[in-house]
Amino acid sequence: MEPVIATLGLTKRYRGGQLAVDGLDLVVPRGSVFGFLGPNGSGKTTTIRMLMGLIEPTSGTARVLGEAMPGAGRRVLPRVGALIEGPALYGFLSGRDNLVRFDAADPTADPRTRAARVEGALDRVGLAGAAGKKARAYSLGMKQRLGLASALLRPRELLVLDEPTNGLDPQGMREIRSLVRQLASDGTTVFLSSHLLDEIEQVCTHAAVMAQGRLLTQGTVADLASSVRGRLAVTTPDTADAVRVLKEHGVIDLVVTDDRVTGELPAAGPPDLADVNAALVRADVRVRAFGTQRASLEDAFVALTGEGFDVAG
Amino acid sequence: MSQAETAAAVRAPSPLWGLSLLRSEVGTTFRRWRTLALLGVLAAVPVLVGIAVKVETRGGGSGGHDGGGPAFISQVTNNGLFLVFTALAATLPFFLPMAVGVIAGDSIAGEASAGTLRYLLVAPAGRTRLLLAKFATAMLFCLVAAFVVAASALAVGALLFPLGDVTLISGTTISLGEGLLRAALIAVVVAMSLMGVAALGLFVSTLTNSGIAAMATTVGLLITVQILDQFPQLHAIQPYLFPHYWLSFADLLRDPVYWDQMLRNLGLQALYAAVFGSAAWARFTARDVTV
Ligand SMILES: Nc1ncnc2c1ncn2[C@@H]1O[C@H](COP(=O)(O)OP(=O)(O)OP(=O)(O)O)[C@@H](O)[C@H]1O
Ligand SMILES: [Mg+2]
Repeated sequence: MEPVIATLGLTKRYRGGQLAVDGLDLVVPRGSVFGFLGPNGSGKTTTIRMLMGLIEPTSGTARVLGEAMPGAGRRVLPRVGALIEGPALYGFLSGRDNLVRFDAADPTADPRTRAARVEGALDRVGLAGAAGKKARAYSLGMKQRLGLASALLRPRELLVLDEPTNGLDPQGMREIRSLVRQLASDGTTVFLSSHLLDEIEQVCTHAAVMAQGRLLTQGTVADLASSVRGRLAVTTPDTADAVRVLKEHGVIDLVVTDDRVTGELPAAGPPDLADVNAALVRADVRVRAFGTQRASLEDAFVALTGEGFDVAG
Repeated sequence: MSQAETAAAVRAPSPLWGLSLLRSEVGTTFRRWRTLALLGVLAAVPVLVGIAVKVETRGGGSGGHDGGGPAFISQVTNNGLFLVFTALAATLPFFLPMAVGVIAGDSIAGEASAGTLRYLLVAPAGRTRLLLAKFATAMLFCLVAAFVVAASALAVGALLFPLGDVTLISGTTISLGEGLLRAALIAVVVAMSLMGVAALGLFVSTLTNSGIAAMATTVGLLITVQILDQFPQLHAIQPYLFPHYWLSFADLLRDPVYWDQMLRNLGLQALYAAVFGSAAWARFTARDVTV
């Protein structure tokens, strides 16, 4: 089955000379919830702009829903809902009229069902009560919801969401997550860029990591997390003794924070954790907690991008 | 929600659905407070002119003199219908094109600065289609603006002065009914005279992401061209300046009508529309939209 998004050597150099995306080979499988990760300025929005035909790639190709962008935009884009770099609204129109306007811009949208589809989209993002209010009087989170509603005006095969939970309250974030899950279970592919690793981990099946315009890795979230080995963590008031014992058993990269000692188990011939625990007790180390921590996506991310979330010039 | 259903909906749109964008564009433009304010200013001009004429004649000024001022102003006291021609002649050099410059200049750049342009484009409105809708709306605004001036002038003229048979420039007299018809025709010609400004504004609008900058540039260009049109030394290029034949609409008040200058005017406007329309299209369809 052809992927929903496939790019080959996709590159964008802005007119100022900034190389924003550099030789990107991205594959988004159909039916996935795909997390697109990267520090600020790593080229996520630039990639999305190229996928949506807003900007022309400097070189390389992008195929969306099996057709080449930006050439096939007229056929592809009606099947795609998008939220790009936050919502943008007509402040002097009501929330409802904003949606009517964006729907009217789509020549393939049936005007006879427009009113009903607009109400449906408002309902879906929890804005039905504020639909008559002028958009300039909306809060940031309400604007974000209205932007999402405009992506949901029609059944879509692909949703492209650039930081969709930006500005939402925790309840709103939860609602968006459950909305994304629900859409995905209906068969919509969701392509989601975010800074919130936690969020990606909770909803995404697949992820890709960008840094400085380059793709560092892509794959399933499970594979990404398991590529980073878990760490052994011991909670004890006797940290100095614990470090000595763990070192004797071959644990490396030991870090002490307050009453916690963490370290990496050696890849070759890791010690039996039961033996390590017994040795700690024999050495009179008073253990409060003992175990391995599961590697999170955040660990994978930090391992990949090194410093984590620093903006590269 | 099935993908087959989505695909079917994409495959069989009615060609009429494409007009939704134009309708939405017109609705959005004429619902803006700014558009209504511009039309309000235009409607106020005939009121001021009418009152000024009334006050002056009361104050003992002899009604018959021809001492400058906008065309036809001396005839207004005899026939209120002439206030329509006076008001159009008074607003055409500056107020009308300025209003059109604001609407056309803001058309694309305003969407860009609000960020709504990217959502129209991914809807997908289509760049050519969006540009056409914007130009059509600007032309509709020209028509509405000309008719607002004419209607306001007619109302004020009827209120302050007598109405009656119209004596044309050529000396012939026509009935009030035919006079009204000619007034309507003149309003249409005035609206079409603004096509060049509309096309110029649309082109400027594709160059920048700031609505204010585009509006200011368009109005600035308008003033510059109006000034250039006054210098006798520049008579060689003046026939190519878009305002050059603007006041030729007065030829509709002759019997028989002189078409020569008016056709030249319409030809020139069409030329401007073609040149700047193409330039706007070339620029807009090739442009990176990063806002
Ligand atoms: N219109 C533009 N002109 C020139 N350079 C740009 C433009 N937009 C973005 N850039 C540059 O391109 C690089 C990538 O920017 P982009 O917006 O794609 O990053 P991002 O991953 O979306 O970041 P964020 O997480 O902050 O949204 C940055 O270095 C940025 O400075
Ligand atoms: Mg971004």
